[in-house]
Amino acid sequence: MTDLLEVRNLTVEFPTRRGVLRALDDLSFAIAPGEVLGVVGESGAGKSLTGAAIIGLLEPPGRIASGEIHLNGERIDRLRPAELRRIRGRRIGAVFQDPLTTLNPLLSIGRQLVETMQAHLKLSDRDARARARDWLEQVGIPAAAERIGAYPHEFSGGQRQRVVIALALCAEPALLVADEPTTALDVSIQAQIISLLQRLARERGTAVMLITHDMGVIAETADRVAVMYAGRLVEVGPVRDIVRSPAHPYTAGLMASIPSLEHRVARLAQIDGAMPRLDAIPPGCTFNPRCPSVFSRCRVERPGLLPAGATEAACWLQDRHG
Amino acid sequence: MVDVLDVRGVTKTFDVSRPLLVRILANDRRKYLRAVDDVSFAIPAGTTMALVGESGCGKSTLARLAVGLHAPSAGEIRFEGQALSAARAQPAMRRRINMIFQDPYASLNPRWRVDDIVAEPIRTFRLLGKGAAVAERVSFLLGQVGLTAADGQKYPHQFSGGQRQRISIARALSSAPQFLVCDEPTSALDVSVQAQILNLMKDLQARLGLTYLLISHNLAVVRHMADRLGVMYLGRIVEQGPAEAIFATPRHPYTRLLLEAVPSLDATGRSRSGIGGDVPSPIAPPPGCTFHPRCPLADQRCRVERPEPVATANGVLVACHAVEEGRGG
Repeated sequence: MTDLLEVRNLTVEFPTRRGVLRALDDLSFAIAPGEVLGVVGESGAGKSLTGAAIIGLLEPPGRIASGEIHLNGERIDRLRPAELRRIRGRRIGAVFQDPLTTLNPLLSIGRQLVETMQAHLKLSDRDARARARDWLEQVGIPAAAERIGAYPHEFSGGQRQRVVIALALCAEPALLVADEPTTALDVSIQAQIISLLQRLARERGTAVMLITHDMGVIAETADRVAVMYAGRLVEVGPVRDIVRSPAHPYTAGLMASIPSLEHRVARLAQIDGAMPRLDAIPPGCTFNPRCPSVFSRCRVERPGLLPAGATEAACWLQDRHG
Repeated sequence: MVDVLDVRGVTKTFDVSRPLLVRILANDRRKYLRAVDDVSFAIPAGTTMALVGESGCGKSTLARLAVGLHAPSAGEIRFEGQALSAARAQPAMRRRINMIFQDPYASLNPRWRVDDIVAEPIRTFRLLGKGAAVAERVSFLLGQVGLTAADGQKYPHQFSGGQRQRISIARALSSAPQFLVCDEPTSALDVSVQAQILNLMKDLQARLGLTYLLISHNLAVVRHMADRLGVMYLGRIVEQGPAEAIFATPRHPYTRLLLEAVPSLDATGRSRSGIGGDVPSPIAPPPGCTFHPRCPLADQRCRVERPEPVATANGVLVACHAVEEGRGG
């Protein structure tokens, strides 16, 4: 299958008074149609920034220093703002963490859906309204026909997030970038949103980039997982393998530190220390100061992604010839 | 075993009425929000009791009641056998209760050095005399939570989230408390840091014999930490008892749905049935059992009659007509 989104050697930098900070460093990955790619990592790893770079919403002074982003074979990282606006919404939909900041409080949700669709698709008012109602039904808003005229504050948190998903999808984009879509929600509502995302990918062939720090959500929703650490991709592979037999010591530590519902352990495995700050990235592998399996090469030479069983890991332990 | 905290039939209502003039003009009545509704539980010394539930279920209000930041509207809370309201009036008792908050960015004064933050309870309660003794105690406390004495000279912004939470814990321990209320202590932290803090809390409990009331929405964290568990829904505890027993065989339909809903690492690719509906407004809760609109086992009795907690075989209290009658397992 040809990939819908392809990110090649993406590097994002922030020039500051004290020098240039490299927030994303040589990132490459791809997403196929109908595939859910989970992007995980701790705060500051660069997950959201990756999403923002793809949507074209990097905040200055952040800029793409090198690398390419291709959507359906077309390069989209060099587009002018007007061209980008056409792609955003029409071909890439976005869902963010807090549904209240995404919705306009002064417009009814029906109006917001109609406006979004008419901005991208040629639709009469009547058709747009009918489709808006369809979308609300699809995302599971009860009594969609009556509630189409309601305002965002009249909905609960979970319903608002569904409205946001409907908004992101109503122009039928091929790619959905969802940045922590369930983090602000309670578990029972979170479960509803997860099944909605899964269904969309399966039934409509939408490619989904799901950014979250919650490994449980990723484990249940994603087909493949990309693990980020300090602006770099450290491991990528099928979700089952990332969860059950991770190859990178960071992924392994991350998995072991998550408390489990199924069994209780006396102590959780912990990774000592913290992720390095962007102005103090260590040479070699960025994880080397915290890594239990560190050896001399890790401190000087940066590892690229190497085949590691079913996954690929940026770790010198996987280098059989070194 | 002695109960450190004994909560008996506690209710807390808040007046959420609109202003008087608006009420008169709109012919509106006073409105009350019953955040905590007839809750009873006890925490034995040296153990951890956890309260779980979704937003708005009243767990944070209960935490505030337990430290005496709110006074109950009805019912009574006893701390070490003494009424909490009376205990709060005595500094000697007050210093034995302390709290750890969710957001380590908001709960530390940004203009104070860590030394002063940690020393504040010592100074407030006049626990130690001169500066040298205080400094020695502060550096001991910092060491206890995995920081160095030199860190005391820094300001909160120089620390990461996990380290700040360690500072909060050092401050909470500085008055040598017996009982700590921890309101979502790791919710703002990344998982690898969360593991560090949870391990630290367990170590400190073992070393100092602390009693914890842990408030969390994260069931996996609760499973890891709790000896006893209370599941809250709309201000009531619907199921409580030994945590092991509840996780092994959850009885209340809400507990089961909650456990079912948690995304799990062991369930890759699971397609889920999902729970419908939202938590109703606590200002106008449904009659009878407040969970009945979302409950798969609800019948006529559940819609009108409020279920009371009933003891089941393994020492778990369940407030559910269906469980009591043996309907639907």
